[in-house]
Amino acid sequence: MVGASLMLFVGSGSNAQEVGDHQYTTEAIERGSRIYSRECALCHGPQGDIVDGVNLRSGVFKSVQSDEDLRQVVFSGAGQGQMPAFGLNDADLSAIVAYIRAGFDPDGVAVRIGDPGRGQSLFQGKGECANCHRVNGIGPRTAPDLSEIGVIRTPASLQRNLLDPATAILPINRPVRIITRGEETVIGRRLNEDTYTVQVIDSEERLRSFRKADLVSYEISMRPSKGPTALSSDEVADVVGYLLTLRGQ
Amino acid sequence: MKPIKPFIFITCLIFSAAVSSFSNAQLSYERILNAQDEPQNWLTYNGGYMAQRHSLLDQINKNNVDNLELKWVLQNQVFGAWQSNPIVVDGIMYVTERPNSVMAVDAVTGRVFWKYRHQNADNALVCCGANNRGVAVLNDKVYMGTLDAHLVALDRVNGQLLWTAEVGDVDLAYSVTMAPLAVKDKIMVGVGGGEFGIRGYVAAFDAETGEEAWKTYTIPGPGEPGHDSWEGDDWEHGGAPVWITGSFDPELNLTYWGVGNPGPDWNAGQRPGDNLYSDSAIALNADTGELEWYFQFTPNDAYDYDSVQVPVLADMVWRGEPKKLMLWANRNGYFYVLDRTNGEFLEGKPYVQVNWSSGLDENGRPIPTPQPEGMPTYPGNQGGTNWYPPSFSPSTGLFYFSAWENYATIYRAEESEYIPGRAFLGGGFSVLAPSPGAPTIGIGRTNPINNWTDEVGYAALKAMDPQTGEAVWSYNQFDVSDSGMLTTASDLLFTGGREGYFHAIDAQSGDLLWNVGLGGQIVMAPVTFMVNGVQYVSVISGNSLSTFALED
Repeated sequence: MVGASLMLFVGSGSNAQEVGDHQYTTEAIERGSRIYSRECALCHGPQGDIVDGVNLRSGVFKSVQSDEDLRQVVFSGAGQGQMPAFGLNDADLSAIVAYIRAGFDPDGVAVRIGDPGRGQSLFQGKGECANCHRVNGIGPRTAPDLSEIGVIRTPASLQRNLLDPATAILPINRPVRIITRGEETVIGRRLNEDTYTVQVIDSEERLRSFRKADLVSYEISMRPSKGPTALSSDEVADVVGYLLTLRGQ
Repeated sequence: MKPIKPFIFITCLIFSAAVSSFSNAQLSYERILNAQDEPQNWLTYNGGYMAQRHSLLDQINKNNVDNLELKWVLQNQVFGAWQSNPIVVDGIMYVTERPNSVMAVDAVTGRVFWKYRHQNADNALVCCGANNRGVAVLNDKVYMGTLDAHLVALDRVNGQLLWTAEVGDVDLAYSVTMAPLAVKDKIMVGVGGGEFGIRGYVAAFDAETGEEAWKTYTIPGPGEPGHDSWEGDDWEHGGAPVWITGSFDPELNLTYWGVGNPGPDWNAGQRPGDNLYSDSAIALNADTGELEWYFQFTPNDAYDYDSVQVPVLADMVWRGEPKKLMLWANRNGYFYVLDRTNGEFLEGKPYVQVNWSSGLDENGRPIPTPQPEGMPTYPGNQGGTNWYPPSFSPSTGLFYFSAWENYATIYRAEESEYIPGRAFLGGGFSVLAPSPGAPTIGIGRTNPINNWTDEVGYAALKAMDPQTGEAVWSYNQFDVSDSGMLTTASDLLFTGGREGYFHAIDAQSGDLLWNVGLGGQIVMAPVTFMVNGVQYVSVISGNSLSTFALED
């Protein structure tokens, strides 16, 4: 598969590469989407990330590894009653597994996936990605670390981040510009925020926490620090292909 | 012999000092009726039958609130949102723990006298977590509803089980999460299960024996008025649960309840008609349960706009006339003023962005403006507000509650088949987010990092003037808030939020006076009480019940 430029449904995403292509049908994913909304979304949230330590959409579980584990948890419950048992029938169990394994995307938008080797070269060179992003311990920390990005993003999302970052950037990652009472100007990326404080990583890679009441100004930019990529569509497909191989340790 | 004499002497002293505060005096109905005469206690879920959550204590005031310090912490032993609301009677606090335990706690030290554990049936089913919101106390008993739809009565002194009554059929996914309401010689509870196709009701039980005294369905049966607001057999599994404690007007002898969503939740087309009395306020005779009046906020609801808010009662001069009012910030985004003698609509205005309706007609009926498929509806599924208990302060004349701003949902309706005891939702929803796949707000908060941000929704504590239906001021938080409110005679407003801050705010101006980070989400309302001349404020944050008082 590697080396060929192939069409991949968003819905079958990076996780599907592990469970094998065509294991679950589009119909199953679609059906799973409906069951998920009905049975699961109230507790797990529409994105599957509400329960601590679990991110269904990107395949992060407490104990589940195999599809069979997943079916078992849905059917019998888990966590000493924290998750109730859902006595679903066999087809519904398959559908819910399909939807979770598909990264919650039943729409089937096709994204071109290129050559990971060429993508890596582009990432480190012409594409200027590595100027800000860190992968497996190499590169700056000012932008989000991409070592596991192939697990937590779908191909469509990765492509969108390259082509139209302004609509793809997660709101927490927005660049901030802070001026302190001591007249220090801090440029950085937001890590966390509440009513009274904000936490950032600044351009010197320092973790900084500020009380808003102590600031002269605090601006959140709606524009990402990087504009749309100038790479060609073939090159974008290659970079997406490379990013999908980044699956952490 | 010598050492014994002083010992006896000291014991006698302690005994005489303790009689006033730690007696086993019965908590009679008359005492609850006149709860305002003993502000040292917090006698019902909402602090009294008017459900104002307003205390006449004023030892803690605007000048000294800065000196609040932590006195004790009680750690919950169970994972999950701790929504319980403590009741405090003569120095003893009664608080529940998930899923259905009751503790009697020394309100001064936080040490536990006894703990009762109810074993729920294995098939108990609730939509949104194994929540319990507290107990009722009457005479010598403590009462709790259970997830498997029972009502238990415990001995208030030793926590022993006295009787158990079946409230609903657990096989059909009936449950009780609310704190019961004790009125006269009866204990009243409503049932949860609005996501499972139940037919809701409020039921009253004899406080002594547990025998059912009356039961009033929130969906009228064949031959009853309002039954024609349903088609076919939709009424048999049309939801309309009651899962928040009601209020009571002794002069009118009426109890008031907020009724939840019709089922299936999101497919209104599957259940044509107004679907009475879903999403309504209802007034039930306290002795017979007979329906006196109703007011429906959201007919044929397609958005899960439960009207399970606390019916807050206020007696005030309203636009020049003395009135018996009911104040209601509804999940549907409108703030209402009703005449609680007859349910007449007096006023209603949106308090957050609303686009499912373009306004209310002269009878308070919303003018529907459903959004095209795929377009966001404001407010979103969790509503402009929800079950979080508000406060009305007779001192400021203002009504305080937690609102969610800038929060919208995209709904999807689909045909649902009713299967007994199973989810009956009629579709699904997604929360509007600024970029595809971005994290969104859930029912509770478990992540210490707010990676959804205020772009998906944020909290506004609103101080509403019932005279105008407008907010006099608003105090915003970066994350949304499920916190209830507490006001005091010294014009302090205590509240929390999902970020875990516990705030004391000037109830007149909205200025922040004091706050402390407690670390865990606050998804209930603070309470206040006094023991041995010291005023305490208690709040639950995360898995901890923290109690504060002024520095010694």
